[in-house]
Amino acid sequence: MAEIQLKSLAHSYEKSPTGAHDYALREMNHVWDQGGAYALLGPSGCGKSTLLNIISGLLTPSEGEVLFDGVVVNHLPPQQRNIAQVFQFPVIYDSMTVFDNLAFPLRNMKIAEAKVMSKVHEIAEILELHPVLNKKAKNLSADEKQKVSMGRGLVRDDVSAILFDEPLTVIDPQLKWKLRRKLKQIHEQFNLTMIYVTHDQLEASTFAEKIAVMYGGQIVQFGTPRELFENPNHTFVGYFIGSPGMNLLEVQTTANGVSFDGIEIELSDARKAMLAKVPSKNIKVGIRPEFVHVWDKPSENGYECEVQHVEDLGTYKILTMKLGQQIIKARLDEDHAVPQQKAYISFPEQWLKIYVDEYLIGEELV
Amino acid sequence: MSLKLENVDQVVNGQNHLTNVNLTLEPGSFNVLLGRTGAGKTSLMRLMAGLDKPTNGKIIMNGANVTGITVQKRNVSMVYQQFINYSNLTVRENIASPLRLAKASEAEINKRVMETADMLRITEFLHRYPLELSGGQQQRTAMARALVKDASLILFDEPLVNLDYKLREELRFELRELFKARNAIAVYATTEPNEALALGGTTTLLHEGRVIQSGPSAAVYREPVDVYAADLFSEPPINLIPGNVTDNEVTFDESVHFPLHQDLKSLTPGGYKFGIRPSHIGLVPDNDDDLELSMKVELAEISGSETFLHVKNDHFNLVMQLSGVHAYRSDATINIYLPVHKLFVFTLDGKMIQSPTRLIRG
Repeated sequence: MAEIQLKSLAHSYEKSPTGAHDYALREMNHVWDQGGAYALLGPSGCGKSTLLNIISGLLTPSEGEVLFDGVVVNHLPPQQRNIAQVFQFPVIYDSMTVFDNLAFPLRNMKIAEAKVMSKVHEIAEILELHPVLNKKAKNLSADEKQKVSMGRGLVRDDVSAILFDEPLTVIDPQLKWKLRRKLKQIHEQFNLTMIYVTHDQLEASTFAEKIAVMYGGQIVQFGTPRELFENPNHTFVGYFIGSPGMNLLEVQTTANGVSFDGIEIELSDARKAMLAKVPSKNIKVGIRPEFVHVWDKPSENGYECEVQHVEDLGTYKILTMKLGQQIIKARLDEDHAVPQQKAYISFPEQWLKIYVDEYLIGEELV
Repeated sequence: MSLKLENVDQVVNGQNHLTNVNLTLEPGSFNVLLGRTGAGKTSLMRLMAGLDKPTNGKIIMNGANVTGITVQKRNVSMVYQQFINYSNLTVRENIASPLRLAKASEAEINKRVMETADMLRITEFLHRYPLELSGGQQQRTAMARALVKDASLILFDEPLVNLDYKLREELRFELRELFKARNAIAVYATTEPNEALALGGTTTLLHEGRVIQSGPSAAVYREPVDVYAADLFSEPPINLIPGNVTDNEVTFDESVHFPLHQDLKSLTPGGYKFGIRPSHIGLVPDNDDDLELSMKVELAEISGSETFLHVKNDHFNLVMQLSGVHAYRSDATINIYLPVHKLFVFTLDGKMIQSPTRLIRG
């Protein structure tokens, strides 16, 4: 059982880093509570693998501390951290039976055979591996092998956390959801801290209660899947989550709100007052394609746009429009009227987000 | 240029890879081949390219029979899943290579390479080597090489499968834009229904080496000829519920039945399979005649902006596709609403005999 804490943690692969750009991980403070289901989500190169390797003990951080239940573990090797890892490719002994694979970590710890027996059966039951318990591992399908990999971590009573590194990469698309369901069940049954590393928003959002989104060596948001969708804390989260991602428009402040290309978006007095105090010129407004209102006829308060493209995705359509010089995408339900050449759109203020220097501000005012 | 395949079979070591394929690809068209792994997509593309010769049948380009003519003599290019570039050549020389082979002038090469690199937004990497680039940039380089020589047939074999989904989204969009201005035939193989729809154009469904349906993508999606077509062309897959038609009603099981409505009146009594799209099932009733069903949640899969809810009762499983993020605990019991006028009806052997009439607009 473990709470995992990162204290002023940073990592550079350089011997003497000179600036932020030399850091694969920039200074961060973070806590993963005991028993939580978490995901670490980000594109390749964001630093998530570096962070994973630091937690598992494969890499010693150049700065700061990693604590398990309050104890600094920076210099403990992986074997002494009581962490199980499940990788992209199943790590099992092909020539052994499923039973022997599951029993292996226990026999290694010289646990009595009677206990090994009961523990292996218990885990096989949960993972639905009973039918193949006596099969050689090499004869298993990819999803069964990956379940065995997982089982080897779960049999140990001393394991305090499980780290998953893109565990479903080699699984058939049609079977993926079943394994996702199994992972969730396991989390509900075992009181284990689980951290799931992936670049796939579906994997992350389905598994985790809370997701840490990583970008440029930093955690730019730590929130529930719903928070990431409805209230992205950083422009990158807006872009990365959702398909297509958030519309982000570069704007200037005006007396009535903000504007771009001569088009003005009015804002509430509270938001205007907030923006008046902002020294930065890097201001963006963001709105998700799902929340843009679209009409096919002129409407009061509607901005006239040029329709550039309609993508018919069957269950919904993605409308690409040009407003001023900016591209705006909107998602239309299957039965929504589809504008031809001209569309008229509005941005409900509740869903209009303001970003200064890429970070969300003033949510409390909405 | 047009391309026609007539009664094409491909048999390799006694195994039928393709059976009686007939296809006509129009000049300037964008054609998606949609099928699972092993359906015959790559085999078909290799025949189109001239890399393989069909066991039976003819391949006709611009009215001329080219069945036995090799790839070198056809004006085709191909982009593969793996990012295939010459690692010892710069990005510039990679893109220039087909033009050098064709003995184009230095001025022409320069001009074409710059134009193509610009289109694919890799101009700033021209002096670098492929292995110094990210996966997305490497695949853009491979695409630039395929596009630079003005081939009349360009084949893409799952080109985006090894890239992350954000990059896929961007490249898909670019690719479609690139082909708007061309007269070449593009053929694009994929396993993903959403990719086929997003690319537009026509979609040909391949299943076990046979073409099961072909036509404008949105039309094939809305009017699948059979359960295989419906299943292949929907993600998550279309829900299928076995049911019985009596004189005046449809019965899914003892507890679930509803009167035959207008669309279903002509069904003769007997057993059928009823199809309902995941996106058409709701959490709140939308119509008076919606079926209310009590179901147990198996899993809520969240894609970031959508939720796929897997639910079941004692008789059947369903998947729902909901917009937005909905969290549900597994094993929760919920009521769902199934609109009976959006049902597809299939015979027991899978042929579609009724598609919903009230959801097709504009």
